[in-house]
Amino acid sequence: MIASLFPLGWAHYLAGGLIIGLGVALLYVTTGRLAGMSSVFSSSWSFVSQRPFFQQPRWLESRVWRLQMALGLVAGAALWWLLLGPTQALDTQVPAWRLLLGGVVAGYGARLSGGCTSGHGICGMGSLKLPSLLAVGVFMATGFLTAQVLA
Amino acid sequence: MNHENAHRANASALATIGAGALFGFGLALSGMVRPEVVLSFLRFQDWGLMLVMGGALVVTLAVYQGLARRQGAPLLGGGFEAHGARMQRDTFVGAALFGVGWGLSGVCPGPAIAGLGTGNLDMLWVLAGLAIGAGLHGWRQPAAAEAQAG
Repeated sequence: MIASLFPLGWAHYLAGGLIIGLGVALLYVTTGRLAGMSSVFSSSWSFVSQRPFFQQPRWLESRVWRLQMALGLVAGAALWWLLLGPTQALDTQVPAWRLLLGGVVAGYGARLSGGCTSGHGICGMGSLKLPSLLAVGVFMATGFLTAQVLA
Repeated sequence: MNHENAHRANASALATIGAGALFGFGLALSGMVRPEVVLSFLRFQDWGLMLVMGGALVVTLAVYQGLARRQGAPLLGGGFEAHGARMQRDTFVGAALFGVGWGLSGVCPGPAIAGLGTGNLDMLWVLAGLAIGAGLHGWRQPAAAEAQAG
């Protein structure tokens, strides 16, 4: 039963999730900030675009820490690679067009929705927000459909 | 420049980078930086992602709803940010699109960033896509549109 649900084992999934939660918790307890990761893709546009949407205070005030957080993400994953990862760099068999097009659609959608797997899935549900819970149900459903149709 | 403010800005930067590092380490350890693992979840072949999200959510709930409430204010000053999720059409249209993109690539925003730390340069495709998508979104918004947290 367990082996059929988790063919690659389960412990690393749970441990990884708990550590992600610790990161979200540390950010909140120290700075009061929510760890949604899609916003950095909006806030960083404020460095180069004068469009009024990107020049809103909410992006100007958060753009530096959001990049700090992104830097931390890269550093943390690099630490895993050095300590526990394979010798070779990770790669993927997913074709480039799916990575790029998927990124465009997910980026637009996450910003329209106001969150992604972390913004709605972890921070929103952690804040007991009903719209976030429903948003997670919606993106899981369209994610299942898309991945299965394109399998 | 006031010394106390400078200290607080440094402490905030350290805490933010440290929190990001935990987040990124967890994403890598859990395999979420591998598109194949995410796609196998979306195809019902491996339920690991439920454990990742469940584990992260349990800790977040305990801290957002328990520890932080007791604490009253963030340790480094300021207030706790309120989550801006709203019951409106955009929240769900956007989520539906997000899922389609996620199912196409097997990558969401956090793992796209963290993936770079594992040497996976294919993630640059996703990062470029996410930046283009967020740019298109902002381009289409009136300035006054209130974007939400996330």
